[in-house]
Amino acid sequence: MARKPTEKKDVPTTGHEWDGIQEYDNPMPRWWVWVFYATIVWGIGYTIAYPAWPLINGATPGLLGWSTRGDVAAEIQKFTDMNADLNARLASADLTALDDDPALKNYAVQYGRATFATFCSQCHGSGAAGAKGYPNLLDNDWLWGGDIEAIHTTVTYGIRSPDAEDDTRIGDMPAWADVLEEDELANVIEYVVSLAGGEHDTAMAEEGKVVFEDNCTACHGDDGSGIRELGAPDLTDAIWLYGSSREDIAETIRDGRAGVMPNWNTKLSEAQIAAVTAYVHQLGGGE
Amino acid sequence: MAILDKHKVIEKNATLLMVLSLAVVTVGGVVEIAPLFYLENTIEDVEGVRPYTPLELEGRNIYIREGCYVCHSQMIRPMRDEVERYGHYSLAAESQYDHPFQWGSKRTGPDLARVGGRYSDEWHVDHLTDPQAVVPESIMPKYAFLADRMIDGEYIEDVMRANVAVGVPYSEEDLENAVADFRAQADPDSDSEGLQARYGSESRWKSPPVNVRNFDGKPGISEMDALIAYLQMLGTLVDFSTFTPDASR
Repeated sequence: MARKPTEKKDVPTTGHEWDGIQEYDNPMPRWWVWVFYATIVWGIGYTIAYPAWPLINGATPGLLGWSTRGDVAAEIQKFTDMNADLNARLASADLTALDDDPALKNYAVQYGRATFATFCSQCHGSGAAGAKGYPNLLDNDWLWGGDIEAIHTTVTYGIRSPDAEDDTRIGDMPAWADVLEEDELANVIEYVVSLAGGEHDTAMAEEGKVVFEDNCTACHGDDGSGIRELGAPDLTDAIWLYGSSREDIAETIRDGRAGVMPNWNTKLSEAQIAAVTAYVHQLGGGE
Repeated sequence: MAILDKHKVIEKNATLLMVLSLAVVTVGGVVEIAPLFYLENTIEDVEGVRPYTPLELEGRNIYIREGCYVCHSQMIRPMRDEVERYGHYSLAAESQYDHPFQWGSKRTGPDLARVGGRYSDEWHVDHLTDPQAVVPESIMPKYAFLADRMIDGEYIEDVMRANVAVGVPYSEEDLENAVADFRAQADPDSDSEGLQARYGSESRWKSPPVNVRNFDGKPGISEMDALIAYLQMLGTLVDFSTFTPDASR
């Protein structure tokens, strides 16, 4: 369907002619021309108001004094100010008495939840259930203590953290590969399994008990229930940080274990550490 | 305006049109690009930033070889949500020795500009070996093979010389000790005094001490060691407790 050309004899042509084709010199639509002028005016105004023109060593700063860094600093400051009172109270709060201040505790738990998701979930899981080698924080089994002060210390200084050598929690499960004979290893594994109530070979476990008493009780305690000051886990429960199969236990004893938790005092604020402590403490296992 | 009536000359002469187009584009380019080389706020000097140690540089090359940058950026933008999640926004100076830089904003995985020190070495080994073992919801592929690929820094001096050619200020001493430094950093029992003197807090860079550890916990130096050495130093060079940002930038 060819459109029928309308004759507009009163419009002048551009004066060009190519192969008999001429071009009308119609003016641009009025609205378009005005929008075009408006963008020019806006552009000039923008370069005056905001940083724009390069000079010798810098650029024109703009009348509004805007800067990317100033902008983000102001926005962060806004939120800092908004929570300043709560954060100051939280940073200096006696965490053991947090239950007496429901408003502060509620804030701490919510703030702690967000902080946990950002910094802790990569190891301990987004639901805090942990993973092999990374403790479950939902149960009531604690390596270094589950009261709120102990959790606070752990979060602050970490465990075997190389960046906080003087303050961090240090415990050592050494490698026994060079100390124990193969049969001693097999026996002590049976005994460890029996401690946790697993199915085991009674005769081997009896012999393993001797090996255990000779080598392991210094840290894990006479009854194998662990010593928290040393971070030595309770072996009598059915909770296994590094797996409960005989292969896993053998690897633990042969090569030793030394899980690391970073110290967070250099990365999080005191209020954030208190908040994440309160969050972890109320997850279910807090003492 | 008589000169405007002469445009027919340019339009009818393709070569002249091209030469003059190039001239116009050049002016635009000079105006936009040249100031970046001398404007003070683009070349902010920040204490602590140093070139990568040989082992970290090797780790960086592995990072690039494996295409980590396809999912992970290294640029924390100056926005509140990014600063809250990743840490202080990145400074241009922090990537001044990066060839190529790792900036970006497409984040299939999280930004890694400040991942250093945030997780333990063991976590990095576990995570690179099988990401889903520690982060079940992750879609990251497994890189377990890195632990089996042993490296000895045979070509690291050449790599450093290539970096020198594009402007990284490694000294002759740095280059001569490249292989020794490479090995020292992955061995906690080694004599790493030289390494620290060249890259640590007493060095000309006044950087934090270099991490000297057996990063993957296994004997020998594997690609896993190099990659973790690199990851564990990312974003840790500038001490932000003493750094005052110039608000005009």
